[in-house]
Amino acid sequence: MSDQVYLLLRHREIPDLDRLEVYRQNEGFQGFEKALQMKPADVVQQVKDSGLRGRGGAGFPTGLKWSFLPNNLWPHYVVANADESEPGTFKDREILERNPLQFLEGLMIACYAVQANTGYIYLRGEFWQIAAWLDEKIAELEQAGLLGDRILGTDYSLRLYTHLGAGAYICGEETALLESLEGKLGQPRLRPPFPAVEGLYGKPTVINNVETLSNLPVILGKGNSFYRQYGTDRSPGTKIFCLSGRVNRPGNYELPLGRTFRELIYEHGGGILEDGKIKAIMSAGASSTLIVADEKALDTPMTYEMTDALGAPLGSASVIILDETVDMKWLVHKTVSFFRHESCGKCTPCREGTYWMNHITRRLNSGQPNPEDVELLVDVAREIQGKCLCALGEFSTMAVLSGIEKFRSDFNGS
Amino acid sequence: MNAFHAKYQTEIEQILAKYPPERKRSAVMPLLFLAQRDDNYISPNELADIAEILEMSVTDVASVVGFYTLFYDQHEGRYRIQVCTDLPCALRGAETFFEALCKELGVSSGGTTPDGLFTIEEVKCLAACHRAPVFQVQGDGEIAYYENQTAETALQVIAALREKAVQEARSREGAA
Ligand SMILES: Cc1cc2nc3c(=O)[nH]c(=O)nc-3n(C[C@H](O)[C@H](O)[C@H](O)COP(=O)(O)O)c2cc1C
Ligand code: FES
Repeated sequence: MSDQVYLLLRHREIPDLDRLEVYRQNEGFQGFEKALQMKPADVVQQVKDSGLRGRGGAGFPTGLKWSFLPNNLWPHYVVANADESEPGTFKDREILERNPLQFLEGLMIACYAVQANTGYIYLRGEFWQIAAWLDEKIAELEQAGLLGDRILGTDYSLRLYTHLGAGAYICGEETALLESLEGKLGQPRLRPPFPAVEGLYGKPTVINNVETLSNLPVILGKGNSFYRQYGTDRSPGTKIFCLSGRVNRPGNYELPLGRTFRELIYEHGGGILEDGKIKAIMSAGASSTLIVADEKALDTPMTYEMTDALGAPLGSASVIILDETVDMKWLVHKTVSFFRHESCGKCTPCREGTYWMNHITRRLNSGQPNPEDVELLVDVAREIQGKCLCALGEFSTMAVLSGIEKFRSDFNGS
Repeated sequence: MNAFHAKYQTEIEQILAKYPPERKRSAVMPLLFLAQRDDNYISPNELADIAEILEMSVTDVASVVGFYTLFYDQHEGRYRIQVCTDLPCALRGAETFFEALCKELGVSSGGTTPDGLFTIEEVKCLAACHRAPVFQVQGDGEIAYYENQTAETALQVIAALREKAVQEARSREGAA
């Protein structure tokens, strides 16, 4: 069995890694200390060269994103996205609970790179205990002179603050997150301007996912040639795959990008529950296109580029496994009811469309559908696409359209 | 200084210090969580006090309460038992678990037990899908996770919370 590689989930090998002295004995803060000796622009360049791509869903190159911040507008802000609300995603939580210092170090490196003196950590409200835990860690770092004024004798100062959301999936979307952090309703903003230019409080802002940030201590501390020995040329590094659904051993698995679905599901995940037969894979949580789990799909390497070729983005790598016991019209009702609940209501196609899809998919599952319901569902889904400020509306149609296209027989006679 | 401000003065100052002074409004969500701490709901007085502290209109604060699902302007159970029945959990028996729990408590989805202590509700993904069935308890200003649950273990958690409430009531009576 191929082993997992722990660059991020290092706490699984090193006990008490959440304690500052243990973390420091294990290369902790070496990446940050190196960064402090470098010019900020050189840190940005190194992260660009590392090939790190955003782990929050879109896979956008991290260094490139940072380089968009204008140097004539100040202050700059960095916001860590710890909203983790996509159904099937539970990786950031493990990092925050078990390896919080690596995350904080990563956030500190990002702040230094764009010369932000304030960083916020936006956590979903349910992570109440984690927020209190991070507050403790931040206080320890201030005590140790790693945060606060004139860090380690340099003239760089930085303060970090936690901020709790209150139960709204949409606040994981970066512009809705900023609205929420400003004390408003979590509704997406019109773009442009992008947050890199007009973000928090109208100032240039970087927003990065928790897992993305947690890669930075490795990249800065150990260098790009070390980092790039994992993963592929276009998808370097490791990724935490959240495996859930009808498998024997659901959980987080940290693997170099490029391992196959088959390895994840059968070697690490122990195969399908009750020796069942796999039917489909969702690679990006409830927002996924359904992938028919044939031999070709199972042998596909999990990278940003390969899953795109399957017609299904890797997203946050929240891999939900569906077996033969799952009826796709039930599944589609589950995903649609999620998006109906989470639509923020700002854009009409998303608000109305998710309402109607919820209504129709409920009827499809009631045993008394109308004959034209499936076609109606397809029409409603198509009406949502391409018409909204953010991707939530789009996400709500993915399982619907791919489910009907690829598993039509599950919808026949319903 | 209004009543809410006086009650939580130190904490409110700490919260406000996180944001630029001219961006006080950012503190609205933390202050709403604070208001919910004692009884799991935001009273009209607290709403008005928060609006005053942050120089917002009461309507603005109320719309924030209305938008976010973890804020409540209705008095319901002291503890909210929030069971995840979202897709990944449902694939591992969460719906059956939820029904069993409702049955044991004698309430339906969204209902509150006759002693007013527990409101039971279905919620969306809690980032614990690998440990289904899972629920969280929101109450006493905290949110706690309970994972890999069965109806039996869940009932033990509920019994322990009930015991805590009974003990507190007793010691209040003793003090009076
Ligand atoms: C509806 C919606 C929900 C999202 N939820 C999250 C989330 O919970 N966590 C996250 O990191 N990114 C989420 N994103 C992606 C963010 O908008 C953003 O792209 C990401 O935080 C950028 O960080 P990265 O470049 O490090 O990946 C979401 C996007 C959308 C459209
Ligand atoms: S679906 Fe229940 S915790 Fe994720």
